[in-house]
Amino acid sequence: MSEAAEIAASVLLLVGLAFTLFGSIGLVRLPDFYTRMHAPTKATTLGVSGMAAAAVLVVPGSTFALLLKAMIIIGFLFLTAPIGAHMMARAARRGGIAPCAATHVDEMPPVPLERKGEGPEAGR
Amino acid sequence: MLATVTGLVMAGLAVSMALCAWRLFRGPAVVDRLLAMDTIATNLLAFLIVLSIDQRTDVYLESAIVLALLAFLTTVAIAKALMRGRILE
Repeated sequence: MSEAAEIAASVLLLVGLAFTLFGSIGLVRLPDFYTRMHAPTKATTLGVSGMAAAAVLVVPGSTFALLLKAMIIIGFLFLTAPIGAHMMARAARRGGIAPCAATHVDEMPPVPLERKGEGPEAGR
Repeated sequence: MLATVTGLVMAGLAVSMALCAWRLFRGPAVVDRLLAMDTIATNLLAFLIVLSIDQRTDVYLESAIVLALLAFLTTVAIAKALMRGRILE
């Protein structure tokens, strides 16, 4: 493979590593759950995308198959990361986890109490 | 040159996973631990991709696809279990 492809792949790998590290540092450093959720769910998606693009450039084999696999990984991650983040935020909000004191806007109305033990449809 | 970069990126991903593990053990709420697990899975996905670049083979890309599926299903299932106490409705 060519030298240029290796250089481009190295740059993509390092950019991907930077984004992944930013996500993890945000996960450790930010003050409450809702802000912590922002860092990894967004940054690591871009980080993995960069690394998959680097893999297309330098891994030997059929370019079409590599591109297909990388596109599956990237597309799936772009589809599922927001859904997972949404589910986790919803679970946190319904579980009664408070935002940090610096939060200005909170548009979600207070969650009604779960009804428990009222038949099979209880708690919906 | 690429071998040096892949080694560096693997070490960086290890540091990133260690930070996530800190949040996994420390995290005040269950959802924090769930988020840390999800981030570790995504980092592992990145690690598999870098491994496939390092070994010059594409088999790890396929296992990366499977890991992405598993991580998403696990996250959604645990979040739903936390939300309502049951996963299937």
